Amino acid sequence: MQLNNNIILPKGWRAFTTEKLAIRGARMIDPSIGLDLQADLIIQDGTIKHIGEIPDGWDGENVDAKGLIACPGLFDMHVHLREPGYEHKETIQTGCIAAAVGGFTGVAPMPNTNPALDNPGLINFVRERALGFPVDVHPIAAVTVGRRGQSLTEIGELFDDGVTTFSDDGSPVASAELMRRALEYTRMFDVVISEHCEEPSLTAKGVMHEGAVSTRLGLPGWPSIGEEIAIERNIRLAEFTGGRIHIAHISTAGSVEIVRQAKARGVNVTAEVTPHHLTLDCTILEGFNSDYKVNPPLRTLDDIEALIEGLTDGTIDAIATDHAPHAPDEKEVEFINTPFGMIGLETALGVIHTRLVLAGKLSLQRMIEVMTSAPRRIMHLPAAEIKVNSPVNITLFNPDEKWMVDRELMYSKGKNTPYHGWELTGRPCGIINRGVAWIRKG
Amino acid sequence: MNQVRFNHLLGLEGLSRAAITEILDSAEAFLEVLDRPIRQVPSLRGVSVANLFFEPSTRTRISFELAEKRLSAEVTNFAASGSSISKGETMLDTVQNIEAMKIDVVVIRHFAQGAPHFLAERISAAVINAGDGSHEHPTQGLLDIMTMRRKVGNLEGLKVLILGDIAHSRVARSNIWGLLTMGAEVMLCGPGTLIPREIEDMNVDVTNDLDEGLAWCDVVNVLRLQIERQREGLLPSLREYQRSFGLSKSRLEKAGGEKIVMHPGPMNRGVEIDSDVADSPASVILQQVTHGVAVRMAVLYLISGGERVIE
Repeated sequence: MQLNNNIILPKGWRAFTTEKLAIRGARMIDPSIGLDLQADLIIQDGTIKHIGEIPDGWDGENVDAKGLIACPGLFDMHVHLREPGYEHKETIQTGCIAAAVGGFTGVAPMPNTNPALDNPGLINFVRERALGFPVDVHPIAAVTVGRRGQSLTEIGELFDDGVTTFSDDGSPVASAELMRRALEYTRMFDVVISEHCEEPSLTAKGVMHEGAVSTRLGLPGWPSIGEEIAIERNIRLAEFTGGRIHIAHISTAGSVEIVRQAKARGVNVTAEVTPHHLTLDCTILEGFNSDYKVNPPLRTLDDIEALIEGLTDGTIDAIATDHAPHAPDEKEVEFINTPFGMIGLETALGVIHTRLVLAGKLSLQRMIEVMTSAPRRIMHLPAAEIKVNSPVNITLFNPDEKWMVDRELMYSKGKNTPYHGWELTGRPCGIINRGVAWIRKG
Repeated sequence: MNQVRFNHLLGLEGLSRAAITEILDSAEAFLEVLDRPIRQVPSLRGVSVANLFFEPSTRTRISFELAEKRLSAEVTNFAASGSSISKGETMLDTVQNIEAMKIDVVVIRHFAQGAPHFLAERISAAVINAGDGSHEHPTQGLLDIMTMRRKVGNLEGLKVLILGDIAHSRVARSNIWGLLTMGAEVMLCGPGTLIPREIEDMNVDVTNDLDEGLAWCDVVNVLRLQIERQREGLLPSLREYQRSFGLSKSRLEKAGGEKIVMHPGPMNRGVEIDSDVADSPASVILQQVTHGVAVRMAVLYLISGGERVIE
């Protein structure tokens, strides 16, 4: 429960220990246990001890949280922290600070590092780099050695070492046979394969959604069916083998319908969607701005509508950012030559709250569910619940605070946000996890 | 004198009818200059122009260079083959270096769609797009439209068939935008693999039947077929392309009526167009080349301020 004095806090933030800490007057919402209550919260030695009123004679630290919402800590099951290998884009430490500022108490970094996270030594390297931060870092391990799509990693040993999720991320498992074997093999353990679903022969040159806008711009298209065919294949393989598949960053209306039907048939499938696929459509690419180049690409308004519907009706289980930082000089080149990806950790909550919740398209409870308990459940990680005797794992946010997104003020090393200049309503104010509270002043 | 101000010429999409008309009118005046014994005017004296060619090009580069010299501009040529990234220097680095040498106008040909737009946002020089990937080639569109206007007078209601590889063609896109703005009608013709699925959103008609297209049109603008399309699996063979979409004398005769035949060059004779068509009286292909110089003079002149009248 010691504060790590070597960590430089984000500007304007304070750190507290959780030996004796009171969070006073927040509205506490935990949809996973049906909690919605305005009260004080007493934390002692990193554990929630009391929910109600502050007892007489309280002599601990106090955080005034009137007007704030306290919910289970946000969890992002799809981020890229770039370490080892691409430390010029992000490090685990800068990524953890960006996560904390964005209200996330947990993240799952993808293994597309160099070398790829395909053995326990590298997994533990990543975990150790995150020590001292109030952010749980649960690395996702590669499905195949070196993410080369040839032979399976030592999934059993990685599972024994605490890995619950496997993915080759940006290099989807191209061979149907190998994906079949991966699903058959992972069935022996309590793990899930999170798959970036893309049929590479259909998307090889694609840099944006194929449609009217790509036609006008003369840019090679990445068609919706490039995703839908891969999702259908992987769902059929999961159904056939009894394995468990998670669809990463679902982006099209057709994909939502495929997952909906698979769930109705009882297939063991879950899906995530990113804030950018929920809020931005491909017409924004008309100025060739590389900050909007992402894989899978931004789709159409009809797709956005279907994604929101899927999120509301439970077809889509979780929101994940696919936080993908790149160095500014990598993005400052010709559109077709820039790498895919956007950062998302620091804007996710504000964007979803502003564009979906305040717009009446998603309930506040559902937003909290899909950003907190749902991703932990998919990854079979311990729940973060706001109840007495649970370890404290909480995010505080101000639902009324208006703020302007400014790329220069991002803590991520990547400045490639698609939301630069947006005014958002709703902003994280603090996280409490791993025995430490980081609270933004004011 | 000039009502329309141009900061850059990035594409014909969104360019107004008044702006296109002004460029074409100005090009007419320069065309007259090209017929003089001394084919040079001092309009751009003291203006420095850099031609940046990130993709091989012969005729567009020569056409721009001639236009610049005939306007008395200072001309600098820069040719970079292959990707700028592979040299460890970004395009922005290259251009910032050139700009540090005080350049007023940058003419850029680039393999990447949007490269001129990227530059225009980041440098203070005026930017002229000389072709960006498969996006736009506005001066080619303008010279095509000028050629049509000189032949028929009024573009309103003119029926133009664009024939060939629409999917990969910057010439097609610039023609479509410019022609629609000027009141012409456009139909596209080519094999299903070379016509993008949602191109009809641009307010054009599409046919896969060349005879139908020829029967309908007043002008047929034949695009160059890149031979690598066959290797990419988009065409069974050049022979089959020629059989279905090659412009031959017999097909033109079958369609009847007077047609104007155009081609942006360079031609694959015997593939997309037969020699007896390309060299026939219906062909205006060499006039297009002449008009190219005049149109580029007009664009350079207008973009550099355009205050100095032609002497």
